[in-house]
Amino acid sequence: MLDRDEDILKAAEDWQKAGRGVALATVVETWGSAPRPAGSSLVINDEGTFLGSVSGGCVEGAVVTEAMDVIESGKPKMLEFGVADETAWNVGLSCGGTIRVFVEKVG
Amino acid sequence: MKLEILHELNAERAARRPVILVTDTESGEQRLVKAKDFATDPLRAELEKQLRMGRSANVEAGGKKLFLNVYAPTAKLVIVGAVHISQALAPLARSLGYDVTVVDPRTAFASPERFPDVPLVAEWPDTALPPLNVDPYTAFVAVTHDPKIDDPALLHAFERNCFYIGALGSRKTHAKRGDRLRAQGARESDIARIHAPIGLAIGAVSPSEIAVAIMAEITAVLRLPPKEKEEAA
Repeated sequence: MLDRDEDILKAAEDWQKAGRGVALATVVETWGSAPRPAGSSLVINDEGTFLGSVSGGCVEGAVVTEAMDVIESGKPKMLEFGVADETAWNVGLSCGGTIRVFVEKVG
Repeated sequence: MKLEILHELNAERAARRPVILVTDTESGEQRLVKAKDFATDPLRAELEKQLRMGRSANVEAGGKKLFLNVYAPTAKLVIVGAVHISQALAPLARSLGYDVTVVDPRTAFASPERFPDVPLVAEWPDTALPPLNVDPYTAFVAVTHDPKIDDPALLHAFERNCFYIGALGSRKTHAKRGDRLRAQGARESDIARIHAPIGLAIGAVSPSEIAVAIMAEITAVLRLPPKEKEEAA
């Protein structure tokens, strides 16, 4: 319950139907004080436009880059990130968490 | 994710029906399980547990690593009665993630000054409730103390199968309410669904404490497995 990621999956569908290459990144596992829970998602299109989040902002850049490869190859990828203390401090996040993010192509 | 799956997922979410997306995180294979199909699914126990908790999780089944992504509708809270308790209840429920609407035909009560930022409908329940799309993911509380307002509202909540129905009033008041609702065609099983006196018994005195007792009870009904739920109530 309490799903607030409403428009992210809608955007994924709309972008795909509009002919864009689209990838969906989903947090599938977290350890420690990860900023976003499992199930949180980020949708990315082949222009580099993205919506949603898988962290508080620290790893989205890297996920978007990886998503470009996934859109190109069509093969899903599992990414793992430690939320570095320094980066976390800069964006005001809790420290020390680790997340695994599943990136897949839509369509 | 296949476009068909994404399309179906969005359609189910738009219709406020819970679904769980099961992904094999090694092969990328996926399937979507609708709540109505949980009972016949091999992952039945896991699916039911994760939906109840509203939490996505990893499970291992048949040698496969599966990620269960839970998509449950945003819970709603409909408060009938723009009374003092409601002024504490509305912001509390919002902080817990509920979409809150307050209904009260008495405009002196249902005023924006008393309920800043809360959607208010200053109409009688018969007019106010149908457009709110009250459903099984809605908690429903009737707190006006006025049978003319509370009774038709409760009848609507029965019809829409709200996951929680609560009404303000002592046992004595509630017994009289039962008689009135029966006379209006309510079934015994409907009346038994009303939580009254409303809220968990925590000795609440002030309106804010009563609001806490109500949200605690709603949370228990939402999250506890059926057996423990009975013990808490």
